[in-house]
Amino acid sequence: MAKRTIIPFGPQHPVLPEPIHLDLVLEDEMVVEAIPSIGFVHRGLELLCKKKSFKDLIYVAERVCGICSFMHGMAFSQGIEKIMDVSVPDRALYLRVFWSEMSRIHSHILWLGLTADAIGFESLFCHCWRIREKILNIIEDTTGGRVIFGVCKVGGVRRDVDDDTFKRILGQLKEIESDYNNIVDVFRRDYTVKHRFSGVGVLPREDVCPLGAVGPVGRASGVSQDMRKLGYAAYNNLDFEPVTESAGDCYARCMVRIREVNLSFDLIRQAVEKIPDGPVDVKVKGLPEGEVFSRVEQPRGEVVYYLKGNGTKFLDRFRIRTPTFTHIAALVQMLAGCDLADVPVIVLSIDPCISCAER
Amino acid sequence: MFEEQEIISIGKRELVDRIRGLSSQDYRLVQIGCTKLETFQIDYSFDKDYKFLNIRVNVPIEDAQLPSISGICGSAFVYENEIHDFFGIKVDGISIDYGGNFYRTAVQAPFNIEEPSTDEE
Repeated sequence: MAKRTIIPFGPQHPVLPEPIHLDLVLEDEMVVEAIPSIGFVHRGLELLCKKKSFKDLIYVAERVCGICSFMHGMAFSQGIEKIMDVSVPDRALYLRVFWSEMSRIHSHILWLGLTADAIGFESLFCHCWRIREKILNIIEDTTGGRVIFGVCKVGGVRRDVDDDTFKRILGQLKEIESDYNNIVDVFRRDYTVKHRFSGVGVLPREDVCPLGAVGPVGRASGVSQDMRKLGYAAYNNLDFEPVTESAGDCYARCMVRIREVNLSFDLIRQAVEKIPDGPVDVKVKGLPEGEVFSRVEQPRGEVVYYLKGNGTKFLDRFRIRTPTFTHIAALVQMLAGCDLADVPVIVLSIDPCISCAER
Repeated sequence: MFEEQEIISIGKRELVDRIRGLSSQDYRLVQIGCTKLETFQIDYSFDKDYKFLNIRVNVPIEDAQLPSISGICGSAFVYENEIHDFFGIKVDGISIDYGGNFYRTAVQAPFNIEEPSTDEE
């Protein structure tokens, strides 16, 4: 047996914008075991349910993550709405789809840029983030925010988007999608990208369920599982199929995200076409008493909110299970047996959001 | 439109067999969560083809102990270490046991400390 060496990876590392630590047990250049540890920046946000009323907790939920903040707010809101039997106006549900898909496009293009950067493809990184900037401008135009949107609330949404603005946005999105398709062709055709990602960090289809992999990680291994199919918000009125690939490697995860951006453009077009007129919120009376598990498909996969109300304005429990947290088990498996040089790419391929995991 | 959610309460002794049964039917472990009430309420959530099923076990707060299901569901070890570090619940037989070092908390079992509710509004 070769001599074993332990190499620390993180919490500070060029491919990690946020801190996570891995102890990599190596035999020569091969990783035989990866032992993760987290908690460097844990914020204990879940405990704030004892100090903030349920109406204020949405601000906390939105601050769990700076990339999918809107979807955190939506998962929380729809959970409270279920407990309190609040019927949200249809227009608000379509607006939730619009902002969710804008968030997904923004998140995936951000990831594509970071991935290009991780393999030293600086110009591709710049082009991805140039396109992402246009998406952020539309988000700012419609919500007033670029990171925290602040538009979702229990009972609906805080802002409306008029028809003229939607018409203008659809025109902009058409141009952005065309630009996007030209850029992602590089990921599809470039030898360097293919060579760096193909056959690396393979997660076989049969391991997806036992390891609890969700979102693009699970779908890249051929498992057609997308929480949008639950039909929350207005997704039950939209026509789509989850994007899947079969190879289960880093390249397949990259391809899933690339195709999901196109799906999001399509879902936005469908939502804008079908959005009905009407109010965007209802007045919420009473206090939450009961419990619910609220599930939403975020860019990184399924997020679960468990909310338990006791008839007062404070909740008994505000529990969040984020996709990055559940991917730790899959990551440990993917890293075992890989080359040391492939570790950064594999870690990046799950699109880790430590801010979410350290809620 | 909101999904149907089935919650089944069982005793601690039935837990491992019940989870083994679900695992053999290809249910995916969605999460394990803990809620501190008069007892610790432990929720084992599963999904199969978008059908949500939650198995619930209540354990007393004093000397709280649970059997691990990480030998059945590979992803359970992260949740079990989390429950141990945040609530101080002892979980027996975790496949990857961090011995209380999964999270780096300043105080032991921070979610098991009594704090008066305050309104900061």
